[in-house]
Amino acid sequence: MQAGFTHSLRNEPTRRDAIRLLVLLGVIGAAGTARADVAGWPAQAFKIKGADETVKQLYGKPFELSDKVTLETPEIAENGAVVPISVSTTLPGVTGISLLVPGNPSTLAASYVLADGTLPAIGCRLKMAATSDVVAIVEAGGKLYAARKQVKVTLGGCGG
Amino acid sequence: MASTIRVRAQAAGKQTEVQALIQHPMDSGYVKDSNGVLIPPHHIEVVTFSHAGKVVLTADWGPAVSKDPYIKFAFAGGAKGDELTVTWTDNLGKTDTLAAKIA
Repeated sequence: MQAGFTHSLRNEPTRRDAIRLLVLLGVIGAAGTARADVAGWPAQAFKIKGADETVKQLYGKPFELSDKVTLETPEIAENGAVVPISVSTTLPGVTGISLLVPGNPSTLAASYVLADGTLPAIGCRLKMAATSDVVAIVEAGGKLYAARKQVKVTLGGCGG
Repeated sequence: MASTIRVRAQAAGKQTEVQALIQHPMDSGYVKDSNGVLIPPHHIEVVTFSHAGKVVLTADWGPAVSKDPYIKFAFAGGAKGDELTVTWTDNLGKTDTLAAKIA
């Protein structure tokens, strides 16, 4: 109250007031644009480029290629906006499956967490900006296994 | 309002096969509209599938998942008449949920 009173004695806005106003506007602006991501969503992993780097961010360990991971993709995708992909594996103890498209602006496309009893087979549809490898990562028994396949895209799904 | 979620859950032997289709634009934030203005990102981040109080599958989705996403998977257990609950939340905080009966 007292601060307000002394303040009101001065009619001209001071340099300090101007700075305060700017800081306040900045705070409001930041709060208005920053949207909180859903808790648990690996925001950082969705920002990285490159399969190795993305997997490291997501799981914190490297992966090895394995013929026990089956990745089904079309050889040629006429429409990159809808590319059907499915992953399955014969490995026991699968806890996670991730799909990476290194040719996209952000490499990680989708990451699944499987409960005990959920079958290690998932099908979904992804967008592909250009011809690229698709990498499927399977986390089983605490280790990472992968399969890699190239998909030729004749019409990109990310451009305007 | 009609739900944005369509689920088909079918008990087959000792497992339940699930197919889900969600209505969502899944805007990546990289595409421009007809006026050349970037369409801001608007995509689902997390989808959960729960059965009998247990989450059977969590999907973390980025902007590269296709518009009106489709997913297919299966889990052990689940009987005819059980409920399977599907919930999604997107990057703008919008959310929808649906409890479907296993057929």
